Parts: sequence; structure tokens; C-alpha cells
Amino acid sequence: MRARITNILATFAASLAVVAPVCAKADPSAERQRELVNLVRQDCGSCHGMTFRGGLGPPLTSEALREKPADTLTATILNGRPGTPMPPWRQFVSEAEAGWIVDRLQKGFLDDAR
Amino acid sequence: MTRVELIGFALVASTIAGCATVASRETADLGVIVERATGSVQLVNQTKRASLGRIQGLGDLSHASIVYSHDARYAYVFGRDGGLSKIDIVAQRTVARTVQAGNSIGGAISRDGHLVAVANYQPGGIKVFDADTLELLSEVPSTYGVEGKRAKVVGIADAPGNRFVFSLFDADEIWVADLTDARHPAVRKFRDVGRQPYDALITPDGRYYIAGLFGEDGLVLLDMQNLDAGARRILDGYGRGSEKLPVYKMPHLRGWAMAGDYAFLPAIGRYEVLVVDRRTWKQVAAVPVQGQPVFVMARPDGRQVWVNFAFPRNGVVQVIDVPTLKLVESLHPGKTVLHMEFTARGDEIWISARDDDRVVVYNTERFQKLAELPAKSPSGIFFTWRAQKIGL
Repeated sequence: MRARITNILATFAASLAVVAPVCAKADPSAERQRELVNLVRQDCGSCHGMTFRGGLGPPLTSEALREKPADTLTATILNGRPGTPMPPWRQFVSEAEAGWIVDRLQKGFLDDAR
Repeated sequence: MTRVELIGFALVASTIAGCATVASRETADLGVIVERATGSVQLVNQTKRASLGRIQGLGDLSHASIVYSHDARYAYVFGRDGGLSKIDIVAQRTVARTVQAGNSIGGAISRDGHLVAVANYQPGGIKVFDADTLELLSEVPSTYGVEGKRAKVVGIADAPGNRFVFSLFDADEIWVADLTDARHPAVRKFRDVGRQPYDALITPDGRYYIAGLFGEDGLVLLDMQNLDAGARRILDGYGRGSEKLPVYKMPHLRGWAMAGDYAFLPAIGRYEVLVVDRRTWKQVAAVPVQGQPVFVMARPDGRQVWVNFAFPRNGVVQVIDVPTLKLVESLHPGKTVLHMEFTARGDEIWISARDDDRVVVYNTERFQKLAELPAKSPSGIFFTWRAQKIGL
């Protein structure tokens, strides 16, 4: 139910934000969400595991991330973590998108992203 | 808790013995393609460029790799989630499977073919199994430092003498485990080899183990015929240097190409393939390419080197002509090329395009596309010729 509302909102938001999704405060468009889900599952999954239980990088399960501050996690996605293999993703995701990814991960990405 | 399931040995045996129309037993031109998102593998025939079937239920295969039994009948699949599965590629079924750790990165089969070792992240260390039954024989925890933490184990390779060599990512160490007595490994440790070894290879003759360092420039070399010489640094200029770019996918050293007098290897954080003289381990050239290289693989005759790339420039494969060190071809097999595998004599190459859900086969002389096979998020392609190779 919540997911459906989110989708409807996202579709609505997308129609407003097609030109400049980077600036949008709302969720990414449905199409962009699919791209982001694929990016997170596949490319983040290369180091963090496709089920997010970790690999060379730490786990990204909701259990592992729930208690961590969202803005720190968002900054990690955007800027990477110097001294570790975690690269900055700023070139590929906007701040709002990184925030959306963090939110989804903290709530349990796999549960509602399939 | 380790759980071993032995599935239907008797059933398989009776099926084959009692049925004259069963699929042929030749395995030398077969192969296995990992379908990373669905926990499945496809069995393929190289000559027919055809899929033979699919085996499911293998867990998280996001960084899966495969080694073969010496008779090339069985494939051992190492899953990310600690799963170790033994697949009969003739009968097309899983004959044994164990979830032996929480998180693992790869494995190797011993020189005598009797032992399979898995490199684990969590809990860190290696575990050694009987290649027939997957019974656990011994374990080497990667405990290091005064606090007794366990490091993530990477870059495991088999070395002559039934030894396994591997690197400890968090501990900056390389260990050599001698499994002459499979239940009592003798471990020799090399400390402070360099920061964050992240992957490694053993040269095709089994002589040199070479680990890449993520935490600093350079590589580490261990001479397996002269361990007393210790781990020594080579190619100190190798690495990210001053103009480093972010690395969106770790290069794979196991794809390292040895061609003639040269080794070809991926630069880290630079759009270059480095050319190194194998006798001196000095860099002699750098070939500019279109992205951050991941796999750099020599055609078996050493005439060409094929390169794929990291996110986001990963829809292209480039080919280097070895005598001239020039790029001679750029191919577009599909979105997100993850792996390439030559046929044993190198006349053809199979390339996986993850986000187009296909594997594309090319002729390597004229670069024509010969076939396309549908596959679900394909990653690694492993042909059975690996059964006879050291380090694969």
C-alpha cells in the first residue's frame, strides 16, 4: 500500500521534475528508481553483496544501517570514504537520489525493491 | 553450522548407467556461465554455442567463481554467501552443497585435485574440503594482530606442492598453507607485505604469486620456489599515482595476461593497460584505453590482449595487438560487460553483457559476432579447459 502511494507520488513528482530531477526533493521518477535499484543491487552489490550482507565492503542491510545517521550515509555515497575502496558516486547520483537510496537501504531495500 | 547435502549420487549413477540416450560424456568443450542475480548457472557447449541447461538454487552469486575437478566433470561454484556447490555438468545437477561461511570471495582446487579450498571474508580464513564429498577437512582462521581479529581473505590460488596461497586484506599479510597433510595445514606467514592486498594471481607456471595493493602503489611478489627470499615489492610505480581517478570496480588480477616476454595488467584509477617486462618486473609501456580496465586477458597464443572496463564505461571491449601495442578493435557486446572467456585455443571468445541479459560469442581474428545466448544477468564464464591449468 505504502509502496503504491510512493509510486503514485513518484510518478506525479516525475512529471514535475523531468527537466531537473537533480533538484527535486521528491522521490526519483519511477524509471529512475528502476535504474537506481539496478545500480545499487548490481554495482554496489559487487562489493557489498547482492543481498547486501557485505563483501569487501560492509553490509548494507537495514539491520546494519538503521541506527546510522542518514546524512552521514548519504555523504559516504556522494563522496566515498578515503582510505578505503569506497569511491565517490557524486558523478552518477544526485544528493536527493543518494538520500533516497539511503532511506530505502535503512528500511530494507530488498524487501520492497524487487 | 556447516551442513553438507549429498544429493542423489545413486540416482545420478543409475540414470547414466541405465539410459543409452543420456547426454554425451565429453566435457572438454563445455562451460558454465554464472547468472549472478538469480543464483543459477547455465551449462553451455562451446562448439555448438548452445545452452544445455540451467542449475538453480546456488545462493548469492554476486561474486561467484568456479574451479573444475581434474576430470572436468564437476564444477565447484563459490558463492558470495559462503555457499560451495559441486555440480555434475554431465548429469546437470548439484551433487553436493555446503554453506560453509557467512561471506566468501572465491576458491581454488589443489594440485592433486583432492582438495577444494574456499577463501572467506566472514568469518575470515580458509576452509579446506574433500573434493569428492565436500567434507570439511581443515580450517585456517585468518587471525592477526594483538586483538585477534580475523582478516578478509582474498586472492587464493593453488600452488605446486598442494599448497594454497592467499592474502589477508585487513592484515597486510600473505600466507602459504601447505596441505600435504590435509587435516593439519602448515602455515607460513609473510607480514607487512604492503597495505590492503585486494586480489592476486599465480603465474601459469605456478612460480610467482603476485598480489595487488589497494592501499598503496605497487605489487607484492612471492617466489613459490624460494619462500625464504620473502615477499618483495615490484612495480613500485604501479597503482594510482598522482592523477588518480575513482575506482568503481576493483580490477581483477586473475585475468592478468602473460603474453610473450610481457605481462599486461590493469592500471588502477587510470585508463591504461600497463605492459611489464616479465624478467625484470619493470614497466616498459602503457597502452591508453577507453576506461578503467577490469580484466586484461591474453588470447592463448599471446597475439592479442582483450580488455573490459569498470562502471560506467563498461559497454565496450577493446583489443590490443601485442607486437605493436596498438588498439586494433573496439567492440560493443552490450550493456555492462563483466567477463570474457576464450575457447582453449583462442579462436573464439565469449563475453557476458549483464544488463542486456546475454552472452555474445565473437571470432577473434575478424571480430564478427558468431552467436548470442540469452542469460540472466550473466557474469563469469568458465570453460572446462581450466581443469588442467595451475592457478585456475
